[in-house]
Amino acid sequence: MLRSRCFKTSLGFLILWLILAACQTGIPKNALVLSHEAVETRQLQTRVFQTDDENFLLSAGAAVLQDSGFQLEDVESRLGVIVASRDRDVTDTGEVLLSLLLAFVGVPYPIAHKQKVLASLVTKPIGDKRTAVRITFQHMVWTADNQLIKNECLNQPEIFEEFFVKLSKSVFLVAQGI
Amino acid sequence: MAKIALTLVWIVVMGLTIAGCASTQKNILATQESQLRLRTIQSRVFETGDSQQVLRVTLATLQDLGFVIDKANESLGTISGTKRSGYTLRMTVSIRPKGDHQIIVRSNAQYNLATVEDPEPYQQFFAALSKALFLDAQGVE
Repeated sequence: MLRSRCFKTSLGFLILWLILAACQTGIPKNALVLSHEAVETRQLQTRVFQTDDENFLLSAGAAVLQDSGFQLEDVESRLGVIVASRDRDVTDTGEVLLSLLLAFVGVPYPIAHKQKVLASLVTKPIGDKRTAVRITFQHMVWTADNQLIKNECLNQPEIFEEFFVKLSKSVFLVAQGI
Repeated sequence: MAKIALTLVWIVVMGLTIAGCASTQKNILATQESQLRLRTIQSRVFETGDSQQVLRVTLATLQDLGFVIDKANESLGTISGTKRSGYTLRMTVSIRPKGDHQIIVRSNAQYNLATVEDPEPYQQFFAALSKALFLDAQGVE
């Protein structure tokens, strides 16, 4: 009898603790702590160019972003910053069919409808007539009823490789006045 | 009788609507912490007179922490960025000179829809910024 009451009390406390833990919506502990991968990520997102002309690199960078369909949101050349974004309809027929099939068996499957990619490009003089260019991307995806289903950084190496290949070409084209 | 009841219900609904509107408007400038305490938590003094360097290092630190820069303005000394990692963390950093050899850096963060008023995240941010600047951050007196 006593054991049963003790068990019920413990269970009650456990449920209460779980509810309180779920209610905790504060900032994650490590949100503003440099991660162990920070240096590796920085290298992935950065390339060094043999020039001290930041404006030239910013022009070349803006051109690559425009080539990729981005709209420029903000530019501050004195700090070497370009902010850009790109909106796209990402509705996929396969996903729509899958969602309909799953709906028949009562399983909800959110379909990606609209995505926004944000990019910030920052140049930084690093001496010896060299300038570092760093680009970072973030990605958000919404469903048709405006529910945010993806909200993340993009860190796939291929994205950065592709961007910097395009930037190198753009640097050449800008230098040639094209 | 029914007409009076209906009018009363209508007045109550209108009253609640107006009251709700007023309370959200009242909260526009409200914070949990006092203005002075919040400024102290969110500000540090750095022993340098080079505001351009502080702004550039702030940009790099925010990128290291996973932020994408939203806006930057050298004349005003302000930078805003957002970190998206399942959650949304917005941050604005502003700098202003204190004499010729010191710069006050102030940062304020918003986590999803709430203002961050806990000192720890700011301590972590300033630790990362100090490391990148090779300077010690002093509290604001």
